Amino acid sequence: MVDDAKEVLMRLEGVHTDIGRYQILHGVDLMVRRGRVTMLLGRNGAGKTTTLRTVMGLWKARQGQIVFDGQSIVGMATPNIAQLGIAYVPEGMGIFGKLTVRENLLLATAPRGFAQERLDRVFECFPALKLKWDSAAGLLSGGQKQMLAIGRAIIEQRRLLVVDEPTKGLSPAMVDHFIAALLALKAEQTTLLLVEQNFRVARAMGDDVAVMDQGRIVHSGEMAALAADEALQQSLLGLSLGVGA
Amino acid sequence: MSREWRDRLQQWAPYAVTPVLILAALPAMGMGPWLTLTIAGLTMGMMLFLMASGLTLIFGLMDVLNFAHAAFITTGAYVAVSVLGRLAGWTTESSLALNLAALLLALLAAAAASGALGFVFEQIIIRRVYGAPLRQILITVGALIVIEQLIIVVWGPDAIPLPKPAGLRGSVFLGSSPIETYRLVALCVGLVIAAVMQLVLTRTRIGVLVRAGVEDREMVESLGYHIRRLFIGVFIAGTALAGVGGMMWGQYQTLVNSQIGDSMTVLVFIILIIGGLGSVSGCFIGAILVGLTNNYVEFLAPKLALGSNILLMVLILMWRPRGLLPISEQ
Repeated sequence: MVDDAKEVLMRLEGVHTDIGRYQILHGVDLMVRRGRVTMLLGRNGAGKTTTLRTVMGLWKARQGQIVFDGQSIVGMATPNIAQLGIAYVPEGMGIFGKLTVRENLLLATAPRGFAQERLDRVFECFPALKLKWDSAAGLLSGGQKQMLAIGRAIIEQRRLLVVDEPTKGLSPAMVDHFIAALLALKAEQTTLLLVEQNFRVARAMGDDVAVMDQGRIVHSGEMAALAADEALQQSLLGLSLGVGA
Repeated sequence: MSREWRDRLQQWAPYAVTPVLILAALPAMGMGPWLTLTIAGLTMGMMLFLMASGLTLIFGLMDVLNFAHAAFITTGAYVAVSVLGRLAGWTTESSLALNLAALLLALLAAAAASGALGFVFEQIIIRRVYGAPLRQILITVGALIVIEQLIIVVWGPDAIPLPKPAGLRGSVFLGSSPIETYRLVALCVGLVIAAVMQLVLTRTRIGVLVRAGVEDREMVESLGYHIRRLFIGVFIAGTALAGVGGMMWGQYQTLVNSQIGDSMTVLVFIILIIGGLGSVSGCFIGAILVGLTNNYVEFLAPKLALGSNILLMVLILMWRPRGLLPISEQ
């Protein structure tokens, strides 16, 4: 059990979230360690997206605590949470289709505008964005939109990237490209919290893993341990996540 | 035709509608009337754009359908009456410089008064009804009635003349076609304001932020921006523009009454629908189309004039059901 405040960047304790009349999260406990990639896995409807949205303050936690770098962020407005250095890439990517690639990235920069070295970093990860610089984002392909969404998240130095299903709907070649790009971020000690349905991606990326079911964390630990234990994978994840794919 | 070309055609076709309409009208009426009516239509369209652009931005960004928008148009017109009344010495002079200076002061005063009223309105009324469409309709219609009655209390129930400045009363001739001087000035002022708006929306971070907010407010907040502050800014700008539109329309009509804003409401909503709700570029094209159609049809078939804009809206919606340049493809 890791309990060192210096090692833990974000901790959720007993988080309950309701959407309308329905209770979605039933006391989520989750820990995100600094400089590591935490994968949040689970079946459809397990509460993964709700957990991320609750972290970002887009849905309010009814009960429980979310502590980011020693500071409680429960009840904080979404912009204030983002200003703490948390970048969020939602499931639908959140791309502004009528804006150009440049404008989409600009909105994620500090008021001084683009820092050349960060921009170069984004182009290094996703060269296609440079080619489409003045194109409307709505005209990009699905993979390019996802590149833009991730590029927007890393155009400034962030303390935590929260990404909801970065490889959803992408071709296998594009998935490999994303794994490479995210592994490059991981090598820079960027802290990531990723929701992923594709266990192959999760296994390639994750240091830590938390598995959700029915609004609760039912397993947490190191990804290597879960990857090595097929029986545990079967019992926690079932076949719907493509175990062994 | 390849799919790529079809997509391109779909994308650019809305921009071609106005030139096509202008060119199609030429053989129907001959060069002289065509030139006069085209300038008149463009001028009217420009004033309609000023009145409608604020409303479409407010709707697009805030999802607020503000039926009290007409009150800000009326406020602008009445403030112009007061300012130009005090500057009568400047407007009765034949000096063009003094005339334009008086108009500029009236325009700034109209924008400031409507914008300030807009700020108070947002703080007291609109902020309580975000996300509640039915309450928005009820409360903004109620506020429209209250503001119009307050205007009657301040300026009286009778229509007030708002004569054009002496130097702008005549006409200039383009070839053999007479063009009202005021129309040319109004056209230029409208073009300048539209250009500034376009520059702000495309070249500044705040403008890009407003366009982004129209598409996806939640994502704007996730990027660290307080959308509430943006709402207030856009509401003030939108109501200030309505005031400027009201001032220019009042001056164009040379008469101001408490219904001047109301009388434009139907046209303003038609423009919003034609352009695509929330789209400033669509609003611009829609306003110009409505202005031109109004003038052409009044000349060619006066009996159809009343219904011409409704017919225009129906035709455009049959072609593009979400308007010419919808914000979202959804």
